[in-house]
This record gives sequence, structure tokens and C-alpha cells, in this order.
Amino acid sequence: MSEHVVSPKIYVVILLALLLGTFLTVQAALRDFGPWNIVIALAIASTKAILVILYFMHARYSPKRTQLVVVCAAFWLVLLLALTATDYIKRPSDQSRLTSATAFYRS
Amino acid sequence: MSATSPSPDHKLPRDHYLNATYGIRSWLLTTDHKRIALLYLFSVTFFFFVGGIFATLIRIHLLTPNGVLVTPETYNKLFTMHGVAMIFFFLIPAIPAVLGNFMIPIMIGAKDLAFPKINLLSWYIYVVGGTFVLYSFCTGGLDTGWTFYTPLSSVYSNSAVAPAVVGIFINGFSSILTGLNFIVTIHTMRAPGMTWFRLPLFVWAHYSTSLVMILGTPVVAITLLLAGMERLLHLGFFNPAMGGDPILFQHLFWFYSHPAVYIMILPAMGVISEIIPTFARKPIFGYSFIAASSIAIAVIGFLVWAHHMYVTGQSTYAALTFSFLTYLVAIPSAVKTFNWTATLYKGSISWDTPMLYALGFIGLFLIGGLTGLFLACVGLDIHIHDTYFVVAHFHYVMVGGAVMGYVGGLHFWWPKITGKLYPEILSRIAAITLFVGFNLTFFPQFILGYLGMPRRYHTYPPEFQVLNVFSTAGASILALGYLLPMIYLTWSMRYGKVAGPNPWPATGLEWKTDSPPPTENFHVTPVVDWEPYDYSNRPDLGLAPGRPLAPAHGDD
Amino acid sequence: MHRTGELYGQFETLEQQKESAQFGMWVFLVTEVLFFGGLFLTYAVNRHLYFTAFGVGGNMLDLTLGTVNTVVLIASSFTMAMSVWAAQTNRKKLLPVCLILTLLLGGVFLGIKYVEYKQKFDHHLIPGHSFDLTYRINHPAPTDNPKELAAERTEIEEAARHEAPTEPESGLTALNAHAQLYFSLYFGMTGLHALHMIVGGGLLVWVIKESLKGRFSTTYNTPIEIVGLYWHFVDVVWIYLFALLYLINRHAV
Repeated sequence: MSEHVVSPKIYVVILLALLLGTFLTVQAALRDFGPWNIVIALAIASTKAILVILYFMHARYSPKRTQLVVVCAAFWLVLLLALTATDYIKRPSDQSRLTSATAFYRS
Repeated sequence: MSATSPSPDHKLPRDHYLNATYGIRSWLLTTDHKRIALLYLFSVTFFFFVGGIFATLIRIHLLTPNGVLVTPETYNKLFTMHGVAMIFFFLIPAIPAVLGNFMIPIMIGAKDLAFPKINLLSWYIYVVGGTFVLYSFCTGGLDTGWTFYTPLSSVYSNSAVAPAVVGIFINGFSSILTGLNFIVTIHTMRAPGMTWFRLPLFVWAHYSTSLVMILGTPVVAITLLLAGMERLLHLGFFNPAMGGDPILFQHLFWFYSHPAVYIMILPAMGVISEIIPTFARKPIFGYSFIAASSIAIAVIGFLVWAHHMYVTGQSTYAALTFSFLTYLVAIPSAVKTFNWTATLYKGSISWDTPMLYALGFIGLFLIGGLTGLFLACVGLDIHIHDTYFVVAHFHYVMVGGAVMGYVGGLHFWWPKITGKLYPEILSRIAAITLFVGFNLTFFPQFILGYLGMPRRYHTYPPEFQVLNVFSTAGASILALGYLLPMIYLTWSMRYGKVAGPNPWPATGLEWKTDSPPPTENFHVTPVVDWEPYDYSNRPDLGLAPGRPLAPAHGDD
Repeated sequence: MHRTGELYGQFETLEQQKESAQFGMWVFLVTEVLFFGGLFLTYAVNRHLYFTAFGVGGNMLDLTLGTVNTVVLIASSFTMAMSVWAAQTNRKKLLPVCLILTLLLGGVFLGIKYVEYKQKFDHHLIPGHSFDLTYRINHPAPTDNPKELAAERTEIEEAARHEAPTEPESGLTALNAHAQLYFSLYFGMTGLHALHMIVGGGLLVWVIKESLKGRFSTTYNTPIEIVGLYWHFVDVVWIYLFALLYLINRHAV
């Protein structure tokens, strides 16, 4: 709810930060950090997203109810993923799956 | 305005929202929230009939163990279409889109919702979605269960799944837009002095409902879209033969569909919170607890969905997590029930029709809610999952709860909406008929389920016939209980006694304006400087400490 | 239509109207988060179950084009934010320029997407009956780098062995099936995203027209703000899509 005018200087800084983040994430992807690959990728993506939300979308300068809305959206998305994970975490990951797929394709 | 003095003859206000403009265009292109509420009233009643017809056919078929009314395939279609029509096109929209649309702006002292055109768009989206679903019903029907489990729905079913899925997808946006409208309205459009804790609990209930609508509905929308794409384009997300996972569909589906039941019940609880203080002549007990419990139900309701999936083979870890959370969600509902009961305690009870529905709600919701706890227990659920125990449980909360809340709310606010009173004796008879019919229909089903009769089966072992016959007999009485209000409410619009602004009388901003209200709701924007439910301090309504309390309904 | 910032009937003040519009757009974006969220969950589950196939699929995406698209969209978010600033500070000439730049960058994004989709079509990577992971290596085009193709062949063979260690012939079939899930999600998620961009483009055309008529100013610029919110949201979604779809297992290649 901004009659708060954000100066272009801030926008430029954020733009550069986002471009840097893009460069970093591509570079990170070309290297192998084992299980940390996904963590790094999502951490950089989330940092970029937060910058866009806070500064480009003016969430930093918005009324409390808007900030609450942003937090709720993120929270509910995490809820969806985390609670479903309680099921899939106990399922075998990336094991070979044979016959059902092959049977489908053979017929 | 009490029974001890002759009630003054009221006249309808000269200008109100019903006669402000004439003609079909003024209704189909209206942006007045009150007219849109009536458009919804008409459409949800239509779908209630549609769902009711399927229910009738089901109960007739189940009169005998080897039912001969329909083929097994058709039976699958009957229970599916009953569920789809009732859940998506009646229960979810009914109270919010009819009573919520009508009352919320008035209750907060606003002229309309924040986005009136989007409100109208919501109704049209509902109609388009409904048309697709009716098309599906008429061109082969739907036999997947309202739950659309894959791969039956996405691969193997030969029924008209695609148009139904499209229709429900479209209808989801109606729900989303209504929820969006309510949330923004309640945040930004309250009259001066109408602080959050002076809001009627009906508004709190709808705010919570709207949270669920906007957070849950998009997920079922994308889920049905994926299932539809799988069916049309032969993708493999939910098809085990292609490496997909049917349980993923269920997780996605129930992430919405469990909170959806709170979309159905929270508004009804809001209605009860309005009716009980009015007809107990007492301020509601524990206002802030009831308000907080509405939000709590909305939030915790999102944490419990996999209790529908205990027997799917999901991890035990998940099952235990969701079981624990399911027990938690019962707590705020219990808080409400205790508070309503405490409101009744030492109140001056009147037995007007809305109160009969509200009292019925409390008892029936109690049974429905408690049996939910049976189902929340993983070990017990293994035995009663997919039996009539589940069917009885959800009908107790959805019909004994939500529908009675809806019908009670319609009766409570009918004088405000139409300016007319309905015949009181007939309405009380109808309420009792509904209550008796309902219990006769569904209580035997608890027993049937516990004894092992599976749901969604077109036959059953002969030893279950007696209870099934009771259930069908009850259904016919229940049907009468629904038909009677449809008749006398319609009758009252023309021939009913003029109600005046506040027939009960009740506190609450909506009762300070005319019945029916003017298009702009209030002639002068109200400034609120009183607390809600101040039944102990309203001398203008004959309610003050030390004065004899007047019964509510002063007429008939 | 809301041209000169006049007060709609249901509102008491212009301030209330503006607050409602902005808050309304934010609430709408929440629904969009959950809408895409269902797809993200589907992606997460399938990536957990079929990580190898997802790696193979992800490596078949063009990282250069994906990175360019990310840069393009970030730049368009910048120009969109500048449009809001221009409107707020009464820069009536700068405003349409920034908006048009935003639209153009969006167009570039969609153009590159089209190129990518066409590539997939040519390589038989559209899910369906003609889906074939090995099409490209078995039918190399003259412009294809032989080293790259050899690396891809090795990768596919290794992945096929991983899918079916005891039955080598079935491994490729299984890999194809699971890679189809990846590509279904690729097209589903980027397609839904592109659809949202097209809607955003339409909204931009509308505000460009109005800004060329000089309708926006310090006192009235709500449409620019809310179109901006929508546009930035679409950017945020792409930031995640890029990370999840394009950056899997790149070190292996």
C-alpha cells in the first residue's frame, strides 16, 4: 500500500543482486555438491524470490495485512510439501521400477 | 415489540433492493450483493434438488439386499453424482454465497462487497461450471465416486469424466473469487467503529471460511486439471502402469477436500452463533474464544487430510502424524459447542424455528463430530473405513450440521431478506419433521457401518435389510422436512405478514435497517459504538437488566 | 471503466478503494501460489521417485536459453518496477516507455520458449506415443556437437542400467516412461507459466494504452501497481522453475 515511492537506486541494486544470483546458481549447478546441490539451488532461488517480493513488489513497505498474506502463502506451500513428505520419505527413492512400465510398453 | 403487547402493523418500506429496478436484465446484470445472493439461492436450491433425486434413487434401491431399481454400474453413477452435486454445487456455496453475500456487507456497515462485479462473475462461473457437470450427468453420468480416485477416473472409467472435471475446475474459481471478495471486504470495508472484536461471529466464521477457500481450492483445481490431462493426453502422473502414483492424487485431492468440509461447516457455525444469543436473550459466552476457534479450525483443518488415506499403504509415520493432528482439530469445535451451551445456560429460551434448527445443529453436530474421533483413530479406522459408519458420520456433520445451519439461517434472516414472516406453526412442524427424518435416516447407518456394511456397494447381506429399510423410511420423512419450507417460504414472499425491521428482535447491525433493506443497505453510514450481542442492555428492544424478558417471536 | 480515478459506489473514499484493489491482488496471488504449488508437489514427489530420469531429462534442456530467459524476465521485472516509479513520480513520458520495454522483454521470453518447445518437438521429447529419449542421439542433425551427443549417449545408457540393473533391455523402456513424467511436468509447468505471461502481456497492453492517454499520475496509479504485482509474481515462479527444471545434475554432463 505504497504511497511509499521506492527509489530507482534500490531497484538497480536488486536487479544486480538478482543477476548475480542467476550467475551463481548456474555456476553451482555445474559443480557437484552431492546432496547439497538442491539445497544450494533452492536457497539461491528463494533469496532471489524474497528480493523480488520485498522490493519490486513493495512488500517491505506494505501494510501488515499484506505482509501476513505473503507469509501465509509461503507457509501453506511449505505445509503442502512438508506434510506430504511424511508419506514419501518412507518410500524408496529412485529405485528401479521394472515390470509395470515395461508391460505397458510391450503391449 | 413483544407478545405481551399487540405487535404494531408494519409496512414494507417504499423503496428497497427488490423493487429498485425491474426486469430480467436488472437481475442478471446486477452488482447488488443482495440480488446476487438471491441468484445463488435459486441455483443452489436447484442443485440441491438434483442431488436429492439421486439420494432418493439410492435409498429406494437399497430397500432390498439385491436391489433391482438400477444396474450396478448405474448405482455407481448415482452415489457419484449425488456427491458431486451436493458437495460442489450445494454445500460449499450455500451459506457463504447466499447468506454470506447478503449479510456480510450489512453486518459490517458497508454498502456492498469490495468487488461487486467480481461477485456477479462468481455466480456466472458457478452457472457455467454447473452446466458442464449437468452435461456430464446427462451424457453417460459419472461413476468414479465424487473423490475421482485415479487411475479409475483418469484412465479406466467409461463415464463422462472429462466434462465433470472441467465443470468442477471452473466452479472452483467461483469459490476462490467469493473468498477473495469476503477477505478484502472484511479487512477494508468495515464501518467506522466496527473493530475486529465488534464483528458478529457470523463474519468471523466467513472470514475463516474464506481463508480455506483461497488456500485450498487452487490445489484441487490443479489436481483435477492434472487428472483431466492424464485422461485426455494419456500422461502418467497418477497411473501406476506408467510409473505414476495414485496416492499422489489422493494427497493432492484431500489437501483441499478435507478443508472443504470446514468450508461447509464454519459458516453454519457462524449462523448458530447468531441464532443462539437471539433466542436465549443473552450475550454469547466467550466471544473471543469462538472467534479464535473459527480461525483455528481453518488453519488446523489443513493439517489433517491424510486421515482419509490410512488404508492406502501410506507410511505409518504419516498416518500417526495425521491422526494426532486430527484429534487436535476437534478441540476448537468443542470450544464452540461448550460456548453455545454456556450461552443457553440461564438464558430465556424461545422455541422459534431458527432456534429449533440451532438446537438441532448442536446435538447432531456433536454426534457427527464425536464419531469423527472414532474415525481419527488409525486402528479403529481400519475396520470402519469405507463402511456406512463413515457415511453416517459425514451426513451427521454435513446435513445435521451444515444443512440445518443453512435452513435455520434462512429462517432467521428471511424477514430481513424478504420483509415477510413465514407461518410459525408450520415452520416448527417442518423443523421437527426434518430432525426426526434425519435421525431415522442416518442413525441406523452408524450401526450398519459398525457391523460391516461397506459403502458404495449396490448390494448388501440380507441381515442388514431392516436397518436399511429404516434408513429409507427416514429419508422419505426427511424429504418432507425439506419440501415444507420450500413451499411455505415461497408462499410467504407473497402472502406472509410484513415483518418490520426487527421481528425477533435481535441486536446486530443488520436489524437496524429496513426489511427488505434499501439497495445501499443503510440510508446513513452507521457509526458503531456498541459491543455485539448486547442482549442485556437494549431497552429499545425491551432488553435491560431487571426488565421481564420478552419472548422473541411476537407474531402468530 | 476506471479511467480518471473516480470513486466506485461501494467505497467511501479513494483511499479505501486503492487499498482494496491492492489487497485484492495480493490475495489473488496467494491463490496462484497454491495453484502452482500443486504442480510443485507433483514435481517434488516424482523427482524423489525418479531422480535419475529427471537428471537425464533436465540435461536435455538448453541451459543457455534457460539462463537467457531468466535474465530477460528479471530485467522485465526491473522495467516493471521502474514503471511504477514513473507513475508515482508523474513521469508521464517515461511510464509508457518502461511498460513497453516490459512487454517487449516478455515477448522475448515467450519467443525463446517457443524455440525451446520446437526443439523438444523435433527431438521427440513431447510426451505421447512418439516420445523417445534416444531420438536425438540416433538421428543426429549436422549441427549437433558429436562430443555432446556421445556424452548424452553415455548418460542415457548409465541411467537405463540404473533403472533396471538385472534386465538391461527393460531399463530403457522404464527410463523413457519416467522421463516422460519429467517432460510432462516440464511442459505442464512452463506451459502454465507461459499462459500466465500471456495474460500478463494482455494486462500490459491495457495499461500501455491507458498510459499513452496520460491517465496515470501521482494521485492515481493503482492499475500499474497491481499489474506490476502480477508480473513480479510470474517472475518469482520462473525463478523456481529455472532452478528445479534446468539445474538438475548438470555436473554430470
